[in-house]
Amino acid sequence: MGLPNGVRYVEFDGDERLATCGEPVYGEAVVDGWRRWDPHRSKLGATIELGLETGLDGGPRVLYLGAASGTTVSHVADVAGPTYAVEFAPRPARDLLSVAESRRNLIPLLADARQPERYAHVVESDLDLLVQDVATRGQTDVALSNRRFLAEEGRLVLAIKSRSEDVTAAPEEVFERSLDRLESGYEILETARLEPFHADHLAVVAAPR
Amino acid sequence: MSDEAWFAGLDPDDREGAIERIREGSATAPEDWPRIAVDTGFASDESAYYEQLHEIAVEASRRAVAERERASDAQLVHAIRSMDDAERVANELAERVSEWAGSLFEGPGTGVEYAREVAGREGETDGERRLIALAERTVGIADEAEELRGFVERETPTVAPNLAALAGPVLAARLISMAGGLKPLARMPSGTVQVLGAEEALFAHLRGHAPSPKHGVIYVHEYVRGTHPENRGSAARALAGKLAIAARIDHYSGDRRPELEAELDERMARIRSREVE
Repeated sequence: MGLPNGVRYVEFDGDERLATCGEPVYGEAVVDGWRRWDPHRSKLGATIELGLETGLDGGPRVLYLGAASGTTVSHVADVAGPTYAVEFAPRPARDLLSVAESRRNLIPLLADARQPERYAHVVESDLDLLVQDVATRGQTDVALSNRRFLAEEGRLVLAIKSRSEDVTAAPEEVFERSLDRLESGYEILETARLEPFHADHLAVVAAPR
Repeated sequence: MSDEAWFAGLDPDDREGAIERIREGSATAPEDWPRIAVDTGFASDESAYYEQLHEIAVEASRRAVAERERASDAQLVHAIRSMDDAERVANELAERVSEWAGSLFEGPGTGVEYAREVAGREGETDGERRLIALAERTVGIADEAEELRGFVERETPTVAPNLAALAGPVLAARLISMAGGLKPLARMPSGTVQVLGAEEALFAHLRGHAPSPKHGVIYVHEYVRGTHPENRGSAARALAGKLAIAARIDHYSGDRRPELEAELDERMARIRSREVE
């Protein structure tokens, strides 16, 4: 399996690292315009690094939930088409805005991912890709209620953080429960633990059903 | 319904209207907004549509961020101090009212509730009318203290979401107030947070003639007060540790971390399950 178009391995200090091409935003290393995409800082980066099929190919239209300060979403916007970035907390959103300034295809929205109707008047239907990285309880509910934005052949790429759901339970147990619930609205295509990049996280690629 | 679109019925040049719509609007379901925008003549083509949406969304989010941040810790500090002052003054005045009322009316009572009763009377003499007016003022101040409490409860979760979730909004605001702001609180070691409000006992201890205080204002938290005295020191230390972390996240990053609560719950369950004599 190859990398998505626009994402490649570039040599940084003698090592091959994941990178995208665009305006640098957070002090990342840059070689010939290629910005290093650190899988330790980005769950989506780690998901790609681990070889999952993320559907980032072919300039997709993207809804990104939990954009935070825009580290990952800046790389997404480098390769994707129109990218809607939803973040609820004002402090990280301030950094997200400066990322959005240098990317015309990035549409920042200060909104709660648990209330999709509050941005459904802006975010279009039939999107190709839904990326979700929110650290709240009920991460699967967020994925299920945002399914309405996805096209039939669209993809969900989700990072489940087990500690956000239940710190006392074993991560395996949390993941199993989450996947069970997710299956009420999605067909699960691939999963992978994000170790060694992120502890107690599960990456999930799924298609709406 | 396409009339739910952020641009529905808007003049393409109405920038303020568009910003307002993005911030306040909603729709039951998304639709193919770019196509609808082109079909209805709002945008000349899809790329012009995205161009415009980008620009409006950046501005709308910028304003929303600024507004949310204006709900600042400084406002909260004023509000909680005012609430404390109003409560204290209302209680003092209520005491005065009941003392005076005891000399004029039958069936004396105490507190703000009694002042409320007095305020409802009809005065017959000049003295009675003065007392009743004072009682009315007392009730007014007590009511304002309640209003201020409501304000603190609404506002704290915006200013310090994690701290408010862990400590409860009022205690969270009080900690911020005692530290002199969210930033100074975020910079405090958790041992200091643990004894905030117990300065007198702490300095007595440092002078060498008292045991170290186990807790300051965090005593009002159920996890300290509701723990067996033998384990209260551990409970206060564990709670203060999480509160210090919460304050740092709130100040430096601002996002919600629900796992903090779960970690605290888990830790408390362990402390409380310890054997006591």
